[in-house]
Amino acid sequence: MPTYQFKVNNENRSVDVSEDTPLLWVLRDHLDLVGTKYGCGIAQCGSCTVHLDGNAVRSCSLTMSQVEGKSVTTIEGLSEDGNHPVQEAWKEVDVPQCGYCQAGQIMTASAFLEKNPNPSPEDIKSAMHGNICRCATYNRIYRAVEIAAEKMG
Amino acid sequence: MSTNITSSKFSRRAFMRTSSLAGGGLLIGFNLFQACKPKAAPPIDLAELNYNDFNAFIKIADNGAVTIFSPNPEIGQGVKTSMPMIIAEELDVSWDKVNVVQGILDNENYTRQVAGGSQSIRFGWEALRQTGATAKQMLINAAAARWGVDASECTASEGVITNSKGETLGYGDVVNDAAALEVPEEVALKEVKDFKLIGTDVGNVDIDKIVTGEPLFGLDYKADGMVYAAVVRPTTFGKKLVSYDDAAAKAMPGVIDVVKIGAKVRSLLEKDPGFSSKISTSDKVAVIAKTTWQAMKAKEAIKAEWEDDGTIDSTEEMDKALTGLLDGNRFENLRKDGNVSRAFAQADKVLERTYESPFLPHNCMEPMNFYANVTPEKVHLVGPIQTPAWKAGLVAAMLERDPSEIHLEMTRQGGGFGRRLFGDFVIEAAEIADAIKKPVKVVYSREDDMMDGIYRPAIKYRIKAGVKDGKVTAYHLKEAAINDNMYDLIPNFFPAGAIENYQVDVAKYQSKITTGAWRAPYTNFLAFAEQSFFDELAEMMEVDRVQLRLDLLQKVKGTEDERIQYSPERMEEVIKVAVEKSGWGTKPEGVYQGFVNYYCHNSHVAEVADVEIEDGSPVVKKITCVVDCGIVVNPLGAKNQAEGGVIDGIGHSMYGDYAFKDGTPMAANFDKYRLIRMKEAPVVEVHFLKNEYSPTGLGEPTLPPAGGAIANAFKAATGKRLYNQPFSKYPELLTVPEKEIIG
Repeated sequence: MPTYQFKVNNENRSVDVSEDTPLLWVLRDHLDLVGTKYGCGIAQCGSCTVHLDGNAVRSCSLTMSQVEGKSVTTIEGLSEDGNHPVQEAWKEVDVPQCGYCQAGQIMTASAFLEKNPNPSPEDIKSAMHGNICRCATYNRIYRAVEIAAEKMG
Repeated sequence: MSTNITSSKFSRRAFMRTSSLAGGGLLIGFNLFQACKPKAAPPIDLAELNYNDFNAFIKIADNGAVTIFSPNPEIGQGVKTSMPMIIAEELDVSWDKVNVVQGILDNENYTRQVAGGSQSIRFGWEALRQTGATAKQMLINAAAARWGVDASECTASEGVITNSKGETLGYGDVVNDAAALEVPEEVALKEVKDFKLIGTDVGNVDIDKIVTGEPLFGLDYKADGMVYAAVVRPTTFGKKLVSYDDAAAKAMPGVIDVVKIGAKVRSLLEKDPGFSSKISTSDKVAVIAKTTWQAMKAKEAIKAEWEDDGTIDSTEEMDKALTGLLDGNRFENLRKDGNVSRAFAQADKVLERTYESPFLPHNCMEPMNFYANVTPEKVHLVGPIQTPAWKAGLVAAMLERDPSEIHLEMTRQGGGFGRRLFGDFVIEAAEIADAIKKPVKVVYSREDDMMDGIYRPAIKYRIKAGVKDGKVTAYHLKEAAINDNMYDLIPNFFPAGAIENYQVDVAKYQSKITTGAWRAPYTNFLAFAEQSFFDELAEMMEVDRVQLRLDLLQKVKGTEDERIQYSPERMEEVIKVAVEKSGWGTKPEGVYQGFVNYYCHNSHVAEVADVEIEDGSPVVKKITCVVDCGIVVNPLGAKNQAEGGVIDGIGHSMYGDYAFKDGTPMAANFDKYRLIRMKEAPVVEVHFLKNEYSPTGLGEPTLPPAGGAIANAFKAATGKRLYNQPFSKYPELLTVPEKEIIG
């Protein structure tokens, strides 16, 4: 099996996996980073969102050859101790119900706000529209992104 | 009538024992739902906690820190936060001194730990308060003994006991003395007005772990030597496995084993046939591999042959079958008041309408999964399950093990919605682990999860009402459902008791498609049907639609009919508050409103939808949701539940559609199955009525009214009435003729 070198949360990692293995399962099964969640496997729900060189991507649909040599940030590496402005906003609003989709929501929001620190309401809704929350905490997610934007701006 | 004000009749001795912990401090074991065994005693070592005699524990350490072992499954409904809050209130400790722990790892036993029917807080309320209050009284008694004063001269607050001279002792100072005292026979509960913690906003106890991605969920659980199983399942209901070829799969990287399963589940079903409509009985093929991905890939390489196993059902035929049942006369009667036939014959006007709903999958974001390890000593099960005791019992029966050998641990659960009540995946994991003699986690792919579901059954309602001299004199509700009919409390919901001639009849069609509870079973669609019907009835009668509902309620006041579930007074109140808070009838032109009031899961709810026209179509802008669920323990969590229920209700009414063609589900993943997303979620304004009634359900009651509220508002906006869900399937009914848009 081929060996792939890449960075995860600023650490160099190397894994031997078959070339079709999605980043999601490398993170979860090989690197014990289970904060990134499996939801659909076809890039439809957003639960598996991570940052690849700073861009929000669906890790379920990225093979390791697309990740080779690049830098991945997962929810575990978003901040030192859970104090990224988006995480702080999530706590302030008390967003989660079951909590399963929230890592993906936070990773989508944090990449989005890096690129658009002063979003309009429509910008926020468009950015977050790709992430499903089955408990339907959408209004709290929206509010938390607004607050995070204020904190980051 | 479910309107009892808090009562405090409770036998403390029957449900609570204390012990002194070996490491110092006091342990209180208590039982939320049943009396403890006469000789049951809590352990002196925390490693020995068991949930057979007690299903919940409080530990008060000698430094005053409080740990509450919360017993009930957490599926996103917030009980891991709110149940401990109730104890902390009566114990009178500050919340920041409280640590909450889910159940206990590796417990030797298990008991009634259930998340279902929105009942956790309702059933736990009295016992949780008694437990906190009893502990507090014992600590006061210990302090009084040390001071040599009467306990009545002492008070306790925020973890500190004070006597009449102003001397103080912390809980931690007297906890070891208290552990040696008898459990008092009588303790006083707080007056509701004296609550300090209950009624305040408390954040989710797991929030830090959720936002940093710590392992919490079943899918995150790992054990030494654990392997993964992906299962080849029939993709068609009504087919069974004939043969399979696993040569290609076995040659793939990481693959450890391929095993046929199903025989043990079938033997279990022979012992417990009541479970058979909830679980598929075909053989399946489990592919075991070192990683999840390897198992999923190798599963695709299995070549399986299937054959028909009796009825193959399609949506189209089931649809006809349900209509046939409604047109026929083979009903079971669930309630009959007066004589509806005679009243219809004498009526001035009659309205009859039929409403149709599709099957729905649950789609928990965390797909079904479970860990199992079967060894000669024990059966170890770990994962997300709403009914742990039931499943542990079934696994014991299936593997012919003593129930004491089944060790079940609950993880946090990525949604439940009823899907995790049934636990077919627990049984499956146990059968696989038994076959391969290795610790294994079964992981459903999203496709497995959606296509091997236990669905909300398709249901049709036909409702007929008769009006004479301006009054509703007759009401006849008929239900035709797949597999199971409404439970027997529902015919006693509103408008039972309000109409002199009233009848509810049910009929069912048996299908191989597995069906079961889905958030707010039956009412999740019935509320839309009935409340759309009332709206149309008001139009036919040319009366105000809210006033019609209020008039009906008057007749129920003071009823001596013990079967009636709802309170007309509490229903009237939510209606009046919803009218006020939503600005009902006072909106500017261009805002169209729809009204619904409903009772289910012991709570009363009224919702008003505000709809506006955008690009020729009605768009839901806002829902005003008024809830009477008694005392609200944690408003921050409660509002989240209420909002989520409303948006979930709108999403499934608008988009939820799950069809079968020759037994095969027509959607396998979220590319073909639409769930509501952020842009479609309206503003939800939640108002809780303030009263002193004991808490009632909240995980479900705000969902059922939402579909009716938006349908009634759509009618106001477009002039077109919707009878079938999902609404998005009928675009022609969701448009406004162009000439009417002007202005």
